[in-house]
Amino acid sequence: MFDLTGKSVLITGASGGIGGAIAHAVHQAGATVALSGTRVAPLEALAAELGERAHILPCNLSDAEAVTALPKQAADLMGSVDVLVNNAGITRDNIFMRMSDEEWAQVLEVNLTATMRLCRAVMRPMMKARWGRIVNISSVVGATGNPGQANYAASKAGMVGMSKSIAYEVASRGITVNCVAPGFITTPMTEALTDDQKAGILGQVPAGRMGDPSEIGAAVLYLASAEAAYITGTTLHVNGGMAMY
Amino acid sequence: MSDVANRVRKIVVEHLGVEEDKVVEGASFIDDLGADSLDTVELVMAFEEEFGIEIPDDAAETIQSFGDAVKFISDAV
Repeated sequence: MFDLTGKSVLITGASGGIGGAIAHAVHQAGATVALSGTRVAPLEALAAELGERAHILPCNLSDAEAVTALPKQAADLMGSVDVLVNNAGITRDNIFMRMSDEEWAQVLEVNLTATMRLCRAVMRPMMKARWGRIVNISSVVGATGNPGQANYAASKAGMVGMSKSIAYEVASRGITVNCVAPGFITTPMTEALTDDQKAGILGQVPAGRMGDPSEIGAAVLYLASAEAAYITGTTLHVNGGMAMY
Repeated sequence: MSDVANRVRKIVVEHLGVEEDKVVEGASFIDDLGADSLDTVELVMAFEEEFGIEIPDDAAETIQSFGDAVKFISDAV
């Protein structure tokens, strides 16, 4: 089950903790991967770790032209893009009263608009192939909200609405569009939290622990697989019970 | 009937699953041949492939009927 042999997967934000775990999961299932991100060194390290069937494609997601060109570059390297995983995301936290237009725009641009551009760019070849998988990495915060993250939460909730709309349009063409919404996952970002902060967070998680990035990778692998063909427009929450939908 | 028209008709028949004699000059893909908006996009993609041409989005929007398609493609190839 969940064999991706012969499939090509483009992953954004692959230099991060969750992106790397997604790359590992789909690569282990046999897929060829194109790893995109802003930082070249971690991408190279990840590609070296994966070995064969791994390419790197550095890209700044704030650059509209570079984003639109990315799927084409990935297809040139791998032959096609059968699975697109929009995982890249940034935060610019601030309490809402003080949130600047720039903090708002930057987060929306990278998290939502770049995701839209990438989805749009893969649509034509996926329609032709009558097969495609798009997995957009949202966040529990998109569903629950979070103080200090109005911009981030809006971008992640926006992703869900957009994914559902695209899912409607292309369901009859063998293309599924879904979201995965991680809760608190152990990554370099969350490791920076103090013990007190971590204890506070864990108090909200029925499972009593942080999630492991591989648990996000597994969810993405499932939604990317042939077996998940009948699931579209949904959001898979992977959060240890922190928020149940 | 021109070669272009025959090839376009063949694509339309295959893609929309309609009878060949329904695909006449004025037949609208959506109103007469049962296409939805995504079908029209796919038809344009199939035309591009068959004739090795690029049909930009703004031109694609003007191709509403079998006759429109034949005319556009005849001018383009």
